[in-house]
Amino acid sequence: MADKILEVKNLYIEYPISIGTVQAVSDVSFDLHHGEAFGLVGESGCGKSTLGLSFLRLLRPPGRIASGEILYRGRDIVKMKDRELLRMRGQNIAMVFQNPLTSLNPLFRIDQHFVETIQWHEPGTKRDDAIARSENVLEDLGIEKKRLFEYPHQLSGGMRQRIMIGLGLIMNPDIIVADEPTTSLDVIVEAGFVDLLNHLRKAYNLSIILITHNLGLVAEIADRIAVMYGGRMAEIGTSEEIFHRPLHPYTQGLINCVPNIRMDQQALTTMPGSPPDLVAPPVGCPFADRCPHVMEICRHKMPPLNTYDNNEQAACWLHEDVETQLHPSSEA
Amino acid sequence: MSTRVSLSPAGAIGKIFRSFSEAGRKYGVEWWILIAGIVIILAVAYIAFFPQTLAPYDPLDQNAGPQLGAPSASHPMGTDNLSRDVLSRTLYGSRTILGVAFAAALVSSLIGIPLGLLSGFVGGVLDRVISLIMDSLYSFPGLILAIAFAAMLGPGVVNITLAVAVIYIPTYFRLVRGQTLSVKEEVYVEAARALGARRPAIMWRYIFPNVIASVVVVFSLNIADAIMTEAALSYIGLGLPAGIPDWGMDIAMGKKFLPSGAWWMITFPGLMIVILALGFTMLGEGLAEILNPRLLER
Repeated sequence: MADKILEVKNLYIEYPISIGTVQAVSDVSFDLHHGEAFGLVGESGCGKSTLGLSFLRLLRPPGRIASGEILYRGRDIVKMKDRELLRMRGQNIAMVFQNPLTSLNPLFRIDQHFVETIQWHEPGTKRDDAIARSENVLEDLGIEKKRLFEYPHQLSGGMRQRIMIGLGLIMNPDIIVADEPTTSLDVIVEAGFVDLLNHLRKAYNLSIILITHNLGLVAEIADRIAVMYGGRMAEIGTSEEIFHRPLHPYTQGLINCVPNIRMDQQALTTMPGSPPDLVAPPVGCPFADRCPHVMEICRHKMPPLNTYDNNEQAACWLHEDVETQLHPSSEA
Repeated sequence: MSTRVSLSPAGAIGKIFRSFSEAGRKYGVEWWILIAGIVIILAVAYIAFFPQTLAPYDPLDQNAGPQLGAPSASHPMGTDNLSRDVLSRTLYGSRTILGVAFAAALVSSLIGIPLGLLSGFVGGVLDRVISLIMDSLYSFPGLILAIAFAAMLGPGVVNITLAVAVIYIPTYFRLVRGQTLSVKEEVYVEAARALGARRPAIMWRYIFPNVIASVVVVFSLNIADAIMTEAALSYIGLGLPAGIPDWGMDIAMGKKFLPSGAWWMITFPGLMIVILALGFTMLGEGLAEILNPRLLER
């Protein structure tokens, strides 16, 4: 397997608020390999966006990384000095946000966005050189050069999203974190976006972290998928494994909720219940209350994220020898 | 076709006039309020810059005519108790009031805007401290505060400008701070941070330009207010040293001779204060309406 470019180790992120502390991300660990597309999937409030922002230390106060490590090529982002962090943003890791319609400064032309971004990282760069580089990127994105001199409101939503990706790519980063990149785009534009991302991945030798609740999108792009629930990793595996042999009941439920045109369904399948309260997270498995296969142990003890066949990781007691866990002394 | 390319001067004026009335139809009465405001300001600005082209006498000339002479052909606005020509004094007085009001609005915006940006952007303790100072300034009635500062600094053009400027700083501060707080949350600001923008770049390149538009309107309305404040300060004698023609001071002096029937000494400077303040108010209101695209939906 290719070398690891980003390693997240036992990451905890919390938001102290008036009624307590929200445990937005708890004990999350995963690796991103060079050139890999990694999908982060989960429902609203599961901590996936918070996790995404933490890679660039962009958490909004009072949000903070409580403990853990985020290693980019061995350097810990959590402990980075501001100067180093500013250089890393855009140059090593870039981020594309949810809403392309408002991601560009309405008072700047597109070329000003590009020139400024380049000059933040390479202060001496001449405007003409910066423009030439921007035009090259624009070409890769399938946007006409003359569009460079227009204002954001003159471009369509899909174009603005591509411009945002272009800005992310202009400094040649290794990793692009895309947080719900297609939420406000229609399906046709979304399909084009998928093709573009797959093309850019090869052209720029990128690793991609795709954060979304859209299982269709993640299936088309990601090599591996992590399913998050209640701020924790429920399951991590290859796309193939996640969609065809999901181990965690939550993953199974999530996939069942996607309407399938070939099946003669009467009504949309839904998962009963709601996500856990992250201010007072349950002692046991966060999914226990909604799980169709819930057992006694699930309510008392958090299942560890263990590795199973085909390198697939899941945190569920169903796949453990529950007896030994309940009575560890009897085995010893 | 050649007639369309080369326009005669009359044709050009007609064209400008047509585009004016077109804008008038688009924006309605607000457009004409804006135009009226601009015309008033330009007229007074001309008077302020070139009073010598209009004034028949030196404003300080004490031998211009009879003492307390009523308006006549040689003195259209009469003469004051020191035999000076009221018309000339009124024309020259515009220079003082316009200069002081404009400079005061400029000084207060140059202090208020950066403070508001910094306070809103940095937040935390700094924001608390600056906001507290600004709120305590704001809680004073404007004129009382200006009187206190003017009394402290003493008379003089620079001092009166500063005294008037102080009371408008919180206006800019509050406006800019509020806007900064909302613009700071925009996605494009977060996107810039994600691309490696430093804090000064975010503040001056991303937040400031998106905040400044709302300041233009307030600036114009502030000048109108500053005109009143300047006139009030010099009326009560805290403004300018004697010798500089000034509307507020002339009204204060004219008041003494009103019982003896010399109505012209206070009427003309008073009228000018009203017209000038009205001009800036109309400009501000007109701009506020026209710069707000939502109002076009009516």
